[in-house]
Amino acid sequence: MNKGIAVVEMTAGAGIDGRKPYLRINNVTKKFGDFVALNRVSLDVYEGEFVCFLGPSGCGKTTLLRAIAGLDIQTSGTIEQAGKDISDLPASERDFGIVFQSYALFPNLTVNRNVAYGLENRKVSKADITARVEELLNLVGMPEQGQKYPAQLSGGQQQRVALARALATSPGLLLLDEPLSALDAKVRVRLRHEVKHLQHKLDVTTIMVTHDQEEALTMADRIVVMNQGVIEQVGTPLEIYRRPGSPFVADFVGTMNFLAATAIGNGKVRMGNIELSAGNDGANIGEGTPVTLCVRPEDVMTRNVEADTPNAFEVTVQDMEFLGSFYRADISPRDDEKTVFLADLSINLVRDKNIIKGMNLPVAFPESRIRVFSQT
Amino acid sequence: MTTAAAIPLPEIKPKLSGDDRIMRGFILLVGVWMVIAVLLPLYFMLSKSFEDNDGNFIGLLNYAEYFSTPALFYSIENSFFIAVVSTVITITLAFIYAYALTRSLMPFRGAFKVIAMIPLLAPSLLPAISFVYFFGNQGVIKGVLMGETIYGPIGIIMGEVFYTLPHALMILVTALSTADGRLYEAAISLRAGKIKTFFTVTLPGIKYGLISAIFVVFTLVITDFGIPKVIGGQFNVLATDIYKQVIGQQNFEMGAVVSVVLLIPAIAAFLVDRIVQRKQVALLTARAVPLEPKKSRGFDTAMGIYCATIAFVILAIIGMAIYASLVTFWPYNLTLGFTNYDFDVMDGGGWESFGNSLRMAAYTAVFGTAIIFTGAYMVEKTKGFALARGAIQFLCILPMAVPGMVLGLAYIFFFNHPDNPLGMIYGTMVILVVVTISHFYTVSHLTALTALKQMDPEFEAVSASLKVPFFRTFLRVTVPVCLPAILDISIYLFVNAMTTVSAVIFLYSSDTNLASVAALNMDDAGDVAPAAAMSVMIVLASATVRILHAILTRGLARRLQAWRKR
Ligand SMILES: Nc1ncnc2c1ncn2[C@@H]1O[C@H](COP(=O)(O)OP(=O)(O)OP(=O)(O)O)[C@@H](O)[C@H]1O
Ligand SMILES: [Mg+2]
Repeated sequence: MNKGIAVVEMTAGAGIDGRKPYLRINNVTKKFGDFVALNRVSLDVYEGEFVCFLGPSGCGKTTLLRAIAGLDIQTSGTIEQAGKDISDLPASERDFGIVFQSYALFPNLTVNRNVAYGLENRKVSKADITARVEELLNLVGMPEQGQKYPAQLSGGQQQRVALARALATSPGLLLLDEPLSALDAKVRVRLRHEVKHLQHKLDVTTIMVTHDQEEALTMADRIVVMNQGVIEQVGTPLEIYRRPGSPFVADFVGTMNFLAATAIGNGKVRMGNIELSAGNDGANIGEGTPVTLCVRPEDVMTRNVEADTPNAFEVTVQDMEFLGSFYRADISPRDDEKTVFLADLSINLVRDKNIIKGMNLPVAFPESRIRVFSQT
Repeated sequence: MTTAAAIPLPEIKPKLSGDDRIMRGFILLVGVWMVIAVLLPLYFMLSKSFEDNDGNFIGLLNYAEYFSTPALFYSIENSFFIAVVSTVITITLAFIYAYALTRSLMPFRGAFKVIAMIPLLAPSLLPAISFVYFFGNQGVIKGVLMGETIYGPIGIIMGEVFYTLPHALMILVTALSTADGRLYEAAISLRAGKIKTFFTVTLPGIKYGLISAIFVVFTLVITDFGIPKVIGGQFNVLATDIYKQVIGQQNFEMGAVVSVVLLIPAIAAFLVDRIVQRKQVALLTARAVPLEPKKSRGFDTAMGIYCATIAFVILAIIGMAIYASLVTFWPYNLTLGFTNYDFDVMDGGGWESFGNSLRMAAYTAVFGTAIIFTGAYMVEKTKGFALARGAIQFLCILPMAVPGMVLGLAYIFFFNHPDNPLGMIYGTMVILVVVTISHFYTVSHLTALTALKQMDPEFEAVSASLKVPFFRTFLRVTVPVCLPAILDISIYLFVNAMTTVSAVIFLYSSDTNLASVAALNMDDAGDVAPAAAMSVMIVLASATVRILHAILTRGLARRLQAWRKR
């Protein structure tokens, strides 16, 4: 099955707030010699949308971004921007601003000249340039730093300047290649919000490459999860997190329990002795098919589990790890010590029920929080 | 779904931007330069070696004649003998000197380093002249040779060691200072002795630098012309043979044959060096902790004495040349004065030749730097066009393998060819500048590449996204950021243009006589003291420019600090 195309069919036309597609990527393939870095990738990005390319190192995120920019043009497939086919245009004839992980600020030019760099070439009057540079530096929260050289700024400040420079010419598309990954954790978290806020304010269509799932989940309108040159899934952060489209996505985003089970028809699966209803997810899988059952530790229901709660079963607590605001427990179904999965237990629960290692308690897998993938 | 995936999609043919076109144009220009200034002349020379006097193809007849004339082919052995012995001595001396500079805490390390670089400023015939004054028939300490003559292998080898020492030293100092301190700490913690550490840590660490230094020195010696010309006496080597065949006997075909014979070891050494260099790059990428030498009284003193001795000898050789130039008439009238500097009353070209040299060096520095740096930029930054770029890259490092004499002679064949429309530059300043730029192209090109590779590779991408043409970014960012390297290239070209003899000896005319050639010719005519005086003038000019460069670089560094440091 070609996941790239399948996923696009699912989401095509469903743009946010009924907006139109601004960037249409169609069957883009990029080869380096015999190596296929991108394999028929298709994707629509809507006007004003913030899209994140998320995936492990080497999956082709940067390659796709550079193809969109025209810096390394794809081998085949087309790219349309604002209704115009730009597939074969060089970067200088496309409409985008770009920020790199290295910032690529010109070291011998002041912040002001860096930001003005793209304007000075466009028959804009000196006064207008000065005003625009000031406006941009205000926008990125760096007023009155224009006389400094890049080396005199912190990493976070350099990144803001790079952003201001990319936005100076009001491009229709903003491309960011791991813009925050060179920063330390605190600055990174702060800049996440600032960049997102700025993007929203300017309403500029933005694509950001990252391999940091937290970054993607907090910033993106939609996340494009990539793996080995294909798109695994496209969706809002909530969709990606709640309903991962493949075991790869389930594994890559957040923490996930993978449990072996067998489909037994009627949307039900059997895990050891336990029968579980998997809702729609299990419905299409033929009886007897081995499946992987996915459930997140925080979705394992531990409170108010009664005998008639759907998908309830008895478990034994094998081990508990204190993680500050909650406990993460290793749990096995009773009488099935080989199957182990993680479940999050709230501090309250542990205190109320006095839960300790070796104790038995009832849990349930809510039907709506289970994902089932056929193993074949 | 599956059917859609099966249909092959048409390939996208990227459109070229204006920038792409201009950059490719530049690359082609560099290619044309290399073809005209290096490849075609070499081709003409090669074909000349298969022709008779009237231009008829005669196959290997010239080579047969060469190898059946002992007077000629004995030079091969002589050249190799000189090259091997000089290389062994130079590398040994330079290694200890470099070791002292990098691994000891002896005093005056800075001064010792500067003194060892002085030979770079002198034409190669200067030490030869000094040795004549020291050890010649009327030399001040000729007894030291115990009856042996300085005119021959002894003199040549001594001169070559002086001339090649700084070249070896530069490579070895670099190699020794990139050592990884952690390895030495490990050796100490394993209680390895000093000698064992040297052989298991130090030597392997500088292996590539050492090999490179050996081949550089070997190539310099085997292709050198000035020293054997002045002090070689009856001892013939390949480089002087070319000169004798061409200038003495007007036998251009045989000159071409000897050139080919000389080209072979030069190219072999060049290839080995290239392979070694490639490996070295991989070695240097590892993260290393710089080694901090520790104080050790005995070792530091020994090293200090050693370096002082070498430095003293270098200064003595320069000093003797200066003294020789000031003595009125050696050894009969020892009054000091400037009579020998009265070049205008002597044959050889007079003061005008010194002026010509300055002009030639200035043109070479200015145009050479512009061409070489721009060329390197294009080769490094152009997108796509891989085949052409690869070819140009190769052509840019090729000149290093071509001895100056060979290049000069090749220029005669090519530019003096009656059908060559470029023949009009023959006998002018232009051809001297062209041959000098080409002769010293490779080192400058590699310096430029190194500087360019240290720049953020995305500058061009950012400029393209901002729709700023590449040449604006080139002029506003690349050139200012690379200015130290650009200055290094220009000074290198200037000094080499001042001192070179081999590349220009066949190409100057009466209007474009050069100082280094004048010195050689005066020496040839027996005017040794004026030859020394002219050599001293060359050293003075080179040193002045070097000092100016140092001041400029320091001033620049201070300005650059503004955007480097907080
Ligand atoms: N110029 C190139 N030549 C050959 N292979 C390349 C080239 N550029 C990228 N690749 C390969 O293509 C694949 C995708 O590379 P890409 O840079 O797009 O990865 P990425 O998803 O951005 O990874 P990272 O998170 O490490 O930046 C990698 O396997 C890489 O080795
Ligand atoms: Mg990347």
